[in-house]
Amino acid sequence: MSKVKTAIIGPGNIGSDMMYKILRSDSLELEMVAGVVESEGIERAKGLGIKTSIKSADDILKNKDIKIVFDATSAKPATENAPLFREAGLVVIDTTPAEVGKFVVPCVNLKDIQDEPNFNLITCGGQATIPIIYALSRVAEVRYAEIIAGVASKSAGLGTRHNIDEFTQTTAKAIVQIGGAKKGKAINIFNPAEPPIIMTNTIMADIVNPDEKELRESVEAIVMDVQKYVPGYQLRVPPIVEDGRVTTTVQVEGAGDFLPKYSGNLDIMTAAAVAVGEYLAKNVF
Amino acid sequence: MDKKLIRLIDTTLRDGAHAVKHQYTAEQIKKIAGGLDKAKIDYIEVCHGEGLAGDSLVYGRPAITDEEMISAAASAIENSKLTVLLVPGLSTSKDIEMAKNNGAKAIRVCTLCTEVNISLQHVKIAKDLGLEVFGFMMMIHILPVKDLVEYAKLFESYGIDYLNLADSAGSLLPDQVKDRIGAVVNAVDVPVDFHAHNNLGLAIGNSLAALDAGASMLDGTCRGLGAGSGNTQIEVLAGVLKKAGYEANVDFYKLMDVAEDIVQPIIPRPQVIDNAGLMIGYAGIYSSFLLHVYEASKKFNLDPREIIVELGNRKMVGGQEDLIIDVAYQLTKAK
Repeated sequence: MSKVKTAIIGPGNIGSDMMYKILRSDSLELEMVAGVVESEGIERAKGLGIKTSIKSADDILKNKDIKIVFDATSAKPATENAPLFREAGLVVIDTTPAEVGKFVVPCVNLKDIQDEPNFNLITCGGQATIPIIYALSRVAEVRYAEIIAGVASKSAGLGTRHNIDEFTQTTAKAIVQIGGAKKGKAINIFNPAEPPIIMTNTIMADIVNPDEKELRESVEAIVMDVQKYVPGYQLRVPPIVEDGRVTTTVQVEGAGDFLPKYSGNLDIMTAAAVAVGEYLAKNVF
Repeated sequence: MDKKLIRLIDTTLRDGAHAVKHQYTAEQIKKIAGGLDKAKIDYIEVCHGEGLAGDSLVYGRPAITDEEMISAAASAIENSKLTVLLVPGLSTSKDIEMAKNNGAKAIRVCTLCTEVNISLQHVKIAKDLGLEVFGFMMMIHILPVKDLVEYAKLFESYGIDYLNLADSAGSLLPDQVKDRIGAVVNAVDVPVDFHAHNNLGLAIGNSLAALDAGASMLDGTCRGLGAGSGNTQIEVLAGVLKKAGYEANVDFYKLMDVAEDIVQPIIPRPQVIDNAGLMIGYAGIYSSFLLHVYEASKKFNLDPREIIVELGNRKMVGGQEDLIIDVAYQLTKAK
């Protein structure tokens, strides 16, 4: 099987990390890295022998071999470029909060929406916790679920910080839409400790007649599913049931491809994006 | 030196809510807010103890919603400014609109002192809605003075009207308060407010130190209710200010009456400094962790102090109450 050709638009930290992940892929090939100015990320891509462009989406659109675009820009350009890519028949996997495409969590709903033209990776807190909420809701009725996502201050860029309102609301929305909880809440914490903390997330849920063993087995199974694309995903505290309330904690250590290992929050976004691309390469293209 | 007018922010109905596990009723809120208004408190803060949208499994389910709390208070307040606390990452722009629509006049946008830049979006939204905006910096003990000053200036650059500095762990000594407040007062143009916790028994003393260093606003609560070992006891503060010759709008006698006749009868236990509270101040841990530490210590059969020390080792910050369970679970596993 020949590899499916892809491009990255937005060669910042997220884009650079995806670059290394795609270069390792057995089903994806990185054809081009595009930005809007000469930058460190563009230099990095050149150094790795990848075609580059600083004309935003233009050269990607002109290239007839590219099938999938990984968008790691920011909400505004991602929203503007989405219709152009769509018209050109390109599938977009979007790590920005643009919310043009369908929310996707690879181990939860990718199969059901595989023919979509645009996939949105929600938020890092969402990628890290929605699999667990889904694991709870597939075996019990989840009346309410909340997540507390704790990340190292150093791993949260200005884009996230200046759009924290959307970040909080989008995660809550996806807890319901994709996780399957009746109601959802997201809480985001930035911790400045040195050395930086590894991303740690707690999921708390209000569940009808919780069966601790059943919940635990379902959660342990989904953790293994996530580990297929995020090897550093660990169950730290298995589901503990108390008064109809379930508490469980997961930790996400990054692969350290380009970004430091503590920033599992960024790694889980890039890893999930590449996992979506690989699935499409194997099942759709 | 002329002593300027000191304005008071009463947070019995916000930070104080921790002491009643967020169980204030609308009736109680009306009585307390009405009493504080008559006692000429300048700002009355009302919402979930953890901030707007704090209603959660991790921080505690309140008896009534933020909206019900705010509108109950609004119905009883004539002159004081009804204030709410917003925590970016927890509360959202929807909460700001809700608070404003229900009568809030001021908002305190609250971040850990190192994370000021997560407040930009909400400061702008609140200003655009016409609210008075306080920048509220938590855990000011964790930063060296010069770094604290830089973050304070950054907050000021976002267009806030006032700047609050909070010793959220109640771990600063009076000289340390003076150094921090003095340096910030010299660096910013907006009035500076100080929020103390009483874990080391220094809330009143530290508040005086803050005034000495140039603060012109102080936080407090009736009977000192609040997270950890509580806040500055505001009726005591009113007496102390009077005795020290500071000018303030507050009516000392009426405020004492609110504390004794309205607040005292509804609190489950007096606010004291117990050993775990003392440890929180000593180790510099976020005060709101206290009651959650007690629950976890019972559930996992651990000494609360063990949990507190480990939380300190892991440098957990405000909002990370969820990891108290993780700490307790790992401590139990290690045994």
